[in-house]
Amino acid sequence: MSCCGAAASIDPRQEEQDEILLASRLLADGVRQSDLSVPSIHCGGCIRTIERVLGGLSGVEHARVNLSTKRVTVRWRGAAPPPFLAALKQAGYDAHVDEVGGARRDGTLKELVRALAVAGFAASNIMMFSVAIWAGADPATRDAFHWLSALIALPALAYAGRVFFRSAWRALRHGRTNMDVPISIGVVLAFALSLYETLTHGAHAYFDAATSLLFFLLIGRTLDHVMRERARAAVSGLTRLAARGALVRAPDGTTRYLPVGEIEPGMTVLLAAGERVPVDARVVAGRSELDAALVSGESLPQPVAEGAALQAGTLNLTEPLTLVAVAAAKDSFLAEMTRMMEAAEAGRSRYRRLADRAARLYAPVVHLTALLTGAGWLLATDDLHRAVTVAIAVLIITCPCALGLAVPMAQVVAARRLFERGIMVRDGGALERLAEADHVVFDKTGTLTRGLPQLLDRAALDGRSLALAAALAARSRHPYALALAEAGRAENAQPIDMTAVAEHPGCGLEGRVGATLYRLGRAEWALGTPTAATSDDRAPSVVLSEDGRLLAGFRFADAPRPGAREAVAALASRGMAVEILSGDRAAAVRRLASTLGVPYAAQLSPGDKTARIAALAASGRKVLMVGDGLNDAPALVAAHVSMAPASAADVGRNAADFVFLRESLQAVPQAIDIARRAGRLARQNLLLAVGYNAVAVPVAILGHVTPLLAAIAMSLSSIIVVANALRPGLDRAAPPAAPVGGLAMAEPAAARAR
Amino acid sequence: MTDFLYLIPIALALGALGLGAFLWALRSGQYEDLDGAAERILFDDDDAPTDRRS
Repeated sequence: MSCCGAAASIDPRQEEQDEILLASRLLADGVRQSDLSVPSIHCGGCIRTIERVLGGLSGVEHARVNLSTKRVTVRWRGAAPPPFLAALKQAGYDAHVDEVGGARRDGTLKELVRALAVAGFAASNIMMFSVAIWAGADPATRDAFHWLSALIALPALAYAGRVFFRSAWRALRHGRTNMDVPISIGVVLAFALSLYETLTHGAHAYFDAATSLLFFLLIGRTLDHVMRERARAAVSGLTRLAARGALVRAPDGTTRYLPVGEIEPGMTVLLAAGERVPVDARVVAGRSELDAALVSGESLPQPVAEGAALQAGTLNLTEPLTLVAVAAAKDSFLAEMTRMMEAAEAGRSRYRRLADRAARLYAPVVHLTALLTGAGWLLATDDLHRAVTVAIAVLIITCPCALGLAVPMAQVVAARRLFERGIMVRDGGALERLAEADHVVFDKTGTLTRGLPQLLDRAALDGRSLALAAALAARSRHPYALALAEAGRAENAQPIDMTAVAEHPGCGLEGRVGATLYRLGRAEWALGTPTAATSDDRAPSVVLSEDGRLLAGFRFADAPRPGAREAVAALASRGMAVEILSGDRAAAVRRLASTLGVPYAAQLSPGDKTARIAALAASGRKVLMVGDGLNDAPALVAAHVSMAPASAADVGRNAADFVFLRESLQAVPQAIDIARRAGRLARQNLLLAVGYNAVAVPVAILGHVTPLLAAIAMSLSSIIVVANALRPGLDRAAPPAAPVGGLAMAEPAAARAR
Repeated sequence: MTDFLYLIPIALALGALGLGAFLWALRSGQYEDLDGAAERILFDDDDAPTDRRS
């Protein structure tokens, strides 16, 4: 993380160490554990290199790579952490510190898998007894087998059914009903009836139905959870963009690394180049340039000098700054965005998932049918036992086994297809909402564009100027310099040896070849002639001068993201309205909007964006918001459904329903296609499940359901629903652009961090 | 029929053994990193699973 002009007062290495210490966790005996996220781990070779490099550091007790989550767990002892990040950097891996908390996070998954294992064990063994009974066991053996089944079923149902019972109880207590209510009632009644039958030496027991029902349902539940968890892990593995802490200088001159939450107004903060401003602050010393792309959508770097007010989250580009905090973290820009997001969340009508809507209709109908069946049989035969048996048989046969699998299966398959295309989905409800979207709102900087300037009119420049400019630019991390250096590489400019290169923040770079002085930067500085600042778009933003004479001028523009044009065309061909809402200057937005041919609005505050989306929603549109900045975060929450690129600000990425990891914007129409197909499949599946009930329920009402019939019907309907979801129809969508292993996760984020 | 009753505890015990083995593997973290495990078999070094004390 070393940078060009690190001032003597700030040692970025020291700061990193402090940050590692802050995020580590104390285990027993002075051993600490740190979790590092290393997004570029991708093969066995990486595991070996990383474990060897980290294991070789003194103080490291243990280093273990997890390839699936692209994390490294390191145990170390000592007062200061070993230099992990520097060692990894040397080995070619960009790493960043992560909160220690892996174990807590996947607790639910472990519980589900354990429940699934227990239910599977119980279902298979009880089925073994049931087959023997169906084959015609004599009454004594049958009773013994029923007792054995009951013994296995009781603990298994109590353990594996907890997931459903808990959720059903929560819903009932709040006066609602969900899919878990009929499931719980069905399972409990099936067990109770079977136990009664066993006690009275009856012929029919439904232990097998109760356990296999739970088994099938747990499969659906587990798949649903795995899908969400994988998306979360992939998203949280991306480079963190908000500052976790900052170097604070106390009045007595000592410096300390403090977490963001403890920085108070009036404290002096030292900010190295390449770091983000931790809280709203004012510059007291130093000149630099700031990248506010993520904060305001402004695409051009802003020069700042003494006295300038900075918003939390902006990135310091060129030189170290000394700041005075003017607001605590909880009053900073970032926190204000969080509050706006909460307000937007509260204002949004809550979306009810398809399965929940189905359950709301389904549960009362089923329970009423069972009740009426019982009453009918009681009236007709005056036999209470018979009436209760038939009523419970109705409940068992209508237990929403296929229904519980119908929607999650379709969504899990869709999530997998999205994953192959580098798109992460937060949950199944997001897929359903995306399928409904009919209006797409794009942010500009960082979303429709790459958020990085690119050199314009490269062909018109002469080779020598470009080579000189590239040689100077290679020494800086300013976005313009990066663009020039990249252009130099692309044109194979021959390297020129520059001496005495110096960077003047807010002005530019200078260097010498022999005795000739070259300057690259603002015109008035490079040429030494004060020119009036123009807002003319065509004036070069950077010039190259040779001893004060103009050699060449360079213009830059934020390049559109690859696939932007195609994505907009694809969306239009699907009948969706597209528009741009940007916080950037009107001229920059107009240029892009006219090349894409879509309407736009510029210079919008975060509140304006949210208001526009609320207005669209009020007129009945279902808005898909695609954005990346902090200023987009409230809009992402306010929209019906939202997407963010992997390079987005943390807050935005966490607010978005979808995150796409590849550069191309084609991800947007692809995701919509997949979501729509998934919606169709889910509906088909629901229809199949309902069709099964239409056939099975009359049989049950007439009292013809035996445990054998129930087991066959239930398994068959589940299998049909799963098979329908796995149908290869989805493959006819556009083929994946690259293999899964090639997920370009690190690139955009790394480009931003530079 | 009754001659074969001894098969029942055997079948149940085998099933329980499988269940126990699976739960143990889950607890000892063997499903934490399936992709990594697939790559690690290619190395010759001595390799022990992560211990789950923490």
